[in-house]
Amino acid sequence: MYYTYAITGLILLISFFINKQKTIKAIKISFIKIKKIVPTFISMLIFVSIILFLFPDEVISNFLNNSSKFLSVLLASLIGSITLMPGFAAFPLSGILLTKGVPYMVLSAFTTTLMMVGIITFPLEKEYFGVKVTLIRNTISFFIALIVAVITGIFFGEVFQ
Amino acid sequence: MKRNFKIRIAYISTYLLFLIVSFILGYNPGKEIAFNFISFLVYMLKILPCAFILIGLFEVWVKREVIEKHLGEESGIRGYVWVILLAGTIAGGLLVAFPIAYSLYNKGAKLSIVFTYIGAAAICRVPMTIYEASFMGVKFTMIRLLISLPLVIITSILLGDYLNKRNYKMAEGK
Repeated sequence: MYYTYAITGLILLISFFINKQKTIKAIKISFIKIKKIVPTFISMLIFVSIILFLFPDEVISNFLNNSSKFLSVLLASLIGSITLMPGFAAFPLSGILLTKGVPYMVLSAFTTTLMMVGIITFPLEKEYFGVKVTLIRNTISFFIALIVAVITGIFFGEVFQ
Repeated sequence: MKRNFKIRIAYISTYLLFLIVSFILGYNPGKEIAFNFISFLVYMLKILPCAFILIGLFEVWVKREVIEKHLGEESGIRGYVWVILLAGTIAGGLLVAFPIAYSLYNKGAKLSIVFTYIGAAAICRVPMTIYEASFMGVKFTMIRLLISLPLVIITSILLGDYLNKRNYKMAEGK
């Protein structure tokens, strides 16, 4: 996280030395863009806070630890689509679930949908790309995640067990 | 617009009221939701200012011709390589990818490249991939990358073509 700030700071400084006016203009553009998107972000945060309350780690674990593998894959991709979790929280959780015996293909479905499909980020995405494109992109991503999960299952010998 | 604004004010105040009442009455779910809200807010405040400052600099410094040449209609396979490398090095996931993709589009990147950028930003950021492999194993991560990335590129091309045929344009001035 800190190196991002260091790099941004450095670039900003270099930019400032090369052209003061342009840099100030850049900062103005950033502020205008942030201002426009803040209301959407706040709505999104409200949804996130409620969804995370409804799907705490224990609930997710229970869903993914289903006896039927294929049902688990489906549930995993649905939960992954609904919730929003930064990678630094998602992978440790998946690592724990792995040691608890949750199949790789289920975790693949979970992490891939988590990263690619965003029902919670829908309001934000539609602000930029429109409702239709947002729907199409998320649907495609959902199916990509399912395909990846099945192939993961094949490689780990979980599908035909 | 006015009506939307009123609705927004209404549900935000309902939400805040609920949280405040929860704290007064010691209602735990309400407290948990407030905690979730704050922790996610902090997480986003850490990434977003950086991302938007970089977007601002990008808009000011990078010439439209450069983006058109390397990521535009004539860019070919190289354009995809560039945009995946770009996605791989920028932190923040989808939240940050949307505004960046939007800026790329406005500077003349073609649609299929813009969607490839979003997909790649979701699945193959370098720091995240290393982190993933350390928890899930290299085999898991490699399978995921090698299967999902080609699928992202193919579907992005198809989606781009489809939208071009329909004269799709993104909203202006976001």
